[in-house]
Amino acid sequence: MIKMCDIRKYHDVDPAEIQRMKEAHVVLNHVDYKPQPIVKGYTDKILTIDVTDASVKIADIPAEVKEKFTGGKGYCLRYLWDATNANTRWDSPENEIVMSAGPIAGITQYAGTGKMLVCTISPMTDIPIDSNVGGFFGPYLKFSGFDAIELKGQAEEDVIIVIDGNKGTISVEKAPLEHMDAHLMGEELTAMYADNENDRKHVAVVCAGSAAEHCNISMLNFTFYDPNRGVVRLKQAGRGGIGRVFRHKKIKAVVCKYQGIKNDLNNVHDISIINKTGVKYHREMATQDPKQNNMRKIGTANTMKILNDYDILPTHNFKFGGTPNIAEMHPQVFIEKWLTQGAADGCWYGCSMACAKAADHFELLTGPYKGQKVVVDGPEYETAAGVGPNCGITDPQVILELNFYCDTYGLDTISWGTMCAFLMECYENGILNKERTGGLELNFGNAAAALELIHLTAKNEGFGKIAALGSHKQKELFIKNGWGDAAFLNDIAMEQKGLEYSEYGSKESLAQQGGYGLTNKGPQHDEAWLIFMDQVNNQIPTFDDKAEALYYYPRFRTWFGLVGLCKLPWNDVVPENNALTDEPAKVPEHVDNYLNLFYGVTGKKIDREELLVMSERVYNFQRIFNIRLGKGLRKHDAIPYRSMGPVTEEEYLSRQERYDGQLVTKVGFTKEQVAAMSLAEKMAETRKYREGEYEKLINAVYPKRGWTMNGVPTIEHLKKIGMDLPELIEIVEPLQNLEP
Amino acid sequence: MMLNDLPYPDWHEGLTIQGVIEHMNYTWPKLVTKVNGQLVWPEDYGNVVLQENDDLKIHHLLAGG
Repeated sequence: MIKMCDIRKYHDVDPAEIQRMKEAHVVLNHVDYKPQPIVKGYTDKILTIDVTDASVKIADIPAEVKEKFTGGKGYCLRYLWDATNANTRWDSPENEIVMSAGPIAGITQYAGTGKMLVCTISPMTDIPIDSNVGGFFGPYLKFSGFDAIELKGQAEEDVIIVIDGNKGTISVEKAPLEHMDAHLMGEELTAMYADNENDRKHVAVVCAGSAAEHCNISMLNFTFYDPNRGVVRLKQAGRGGIGRVFRHKKIKAVVCKYQGIKNDLNNVHDISIINKTGVKYHREMATQDPKQNNMRKIGTANTMKILNDYDILPTHNFKFGGTPNIAEMHPQVFIEKWLTQGAADGCWYGCSMACAKAADHFELLTGPYKGQKVVVDGPEYETAAGVGPNCGITDPQVILELNFYCDTYGLDTISWGTMCAFLMECYENGILNKERTGGLELNFGNAAAALELIHLTAKNEGFGKIAALGSHKQKELFIKNGWGDAAFLNDIAMEQKGLEYSEYGSKESLAQQGGYGLTNKGPQHDEAWLIFMDQVNNQIPTFDDKAEALYYYPRFRTWFGLVGLCKLPWNDVVPENNALTDEPAKVPEHVDNYLNLFYGVTGKKIDREELLVMSERVYNFQRIFNIRLGKGLRKHDAIPYRSMGPVTEEEYLSRQERYDGQLVTKVGFTKEQVAAMSLAEKMAETRKYREGEYEKLINAVYPKRGWTMNGVPTIEHLKKIGMDLPELIEIVEPLQNLEP
Repeated sequence: MMLNDLPYPDWHEGLTIQGVIEHMNYTWPKLVTKVNGQLVWPEDYGNVVLQENDDLKIHHLLAGG
């Protein structure tokens, strides 16, 4: 086992090289400002940078925006809406990247309080994407005087934006020499803007990676400096191609520097209630985590083996729910051999969950940094599952190497894993071949080919140019080229609305099919993760039960992104007596913690229902934003059949007893009738049934959410939740009676 | 016997909650278990013998990232 006390510090960057890079900067604009003091979690200021002319604007956030949109994702979507129009696409100059942390962000007394939300119109989906991220940037931006930042326009040459919250300065600078890969640029800019080594923890950098120049599935990295290791760590706003938009604007990085972190910087309403709630939570974490998830030893990848046991771990492009080779990547293997133990691995101060694990001095075996020893953040569960078993890979060393390169190149690990798995299935079915891939043998499990593909993608060479498109555009290209059967490609490309699925097999959970399909941004599990409640616990057996869950959980989970909280401390470790509560799945004591935190920070007392309404306003706003951009209707909530049932004979036969049994217990055939059916007939009946169930689910969910059967929020519902804003009514009114 | 409101076909004399957990390969550690509505703590899983008409609920507390 590798222990933190044995980790030697990482080599420093060359000061002469940093000086050379800094001297190459050309200041395009420099603004002095007086940082706005925070009052009860808010600065009520937004910073807008237009990189077209390097202009800087600071504006008040109106009280009605705060009232309706709360902060975080709410602010991001509100300002993105105001900046864009129905014809705005991802590469339009007016498209913005908006980032906001939320009122609770930055307190240091509770776990998971450093989150920031990032929104833009996505190059993958053509609708707003929202992605949450840890690291120091969100809190530092707020302490520097801004609840949100808007990045707009398009620069002619690469620029960085530097905000110094102590000095009260903002500069926009040409920056030609820094490396594009995130692990290097993060180190370089951190060293450049820190006065000395001790000052590095006061610098936070947002950057993308070299692949973001041309790759749709690119993300943003957010750094935080780890003084114990002497190295910059990376967290990601991963989903939806935000990195591509960032680089299209020719923004190289945004740097925020702030010194003076302490526990009352938010100037909260009642610090005693925050302290008390935090102490209670930290005690619980210390005693319960070792008995429950081991988040402090391995992080979210603790669930790898569990999901394999329950037939949910996506394997071979979601064909199967597990791999016989799971022992190779058992969480204990990561704990014993790869991930450093005993480190204070929170991505923001005060996080006792400390799940941001790292593999230290990991020697790379391929690519441009071959032979170098680096820190690898993670792997998170989604990364390990996606680049791992979903691609037929179970070697932890390869998973860590893919994790590192995805991060530094700026590629979303989830989209990369799901997309690579799709390409592998295409290869195994002759849709792709060596001629089309430029010689890559993309069979499941071919780790060397997967690594070569990621390097080609970063360089925008060979078949990497096609990988850079993402699954949706790949599928369209293959169909256009006459490569493979269109219906088969539509069945196996695990994307919806243009976004790749995250890493849970949903075939046996109708509620989770809805948890993916009935989302605003596309199939990411952060709205509703219902697999165990549905598939294993059978807690939500009826359509009404499932619809209620698909109404409640998206509203509850959206709230984390409004206020600056991480979801993980809610339910990855729960109170010892949680089982005694009426609804253990909702973790009521932790919900009460959040109500206390919100009151303690803002002074506004809310109850559980009011919390949900806060989210519901933003949720419906996002739905209507989708409609404004030409999506957001029922037809856009359709999902690929691979997420519902077995596409291939191989899949059906691998779980034949289950599927044959369901033809009797669920569809209504007799055993004798099933025994007389051909495999093709059984698969057709299974498909007909499952696709019908999904439609019935939609029929149950939409009315619960206050939407028409075409998925349009009703005016009556918008009035009920206080969101009958004229600009929203204008869009939904003509669609109120439109049939699906 | 019912398990999570579905018939449990493998009931036998002397079956305990622990036996069901092992038979079902329930490896997730955060379980909330009730027999006929009464909560059973994990330390008692091996002691509680299930009857043929018992209503057993084993709920996994796991809610994704």
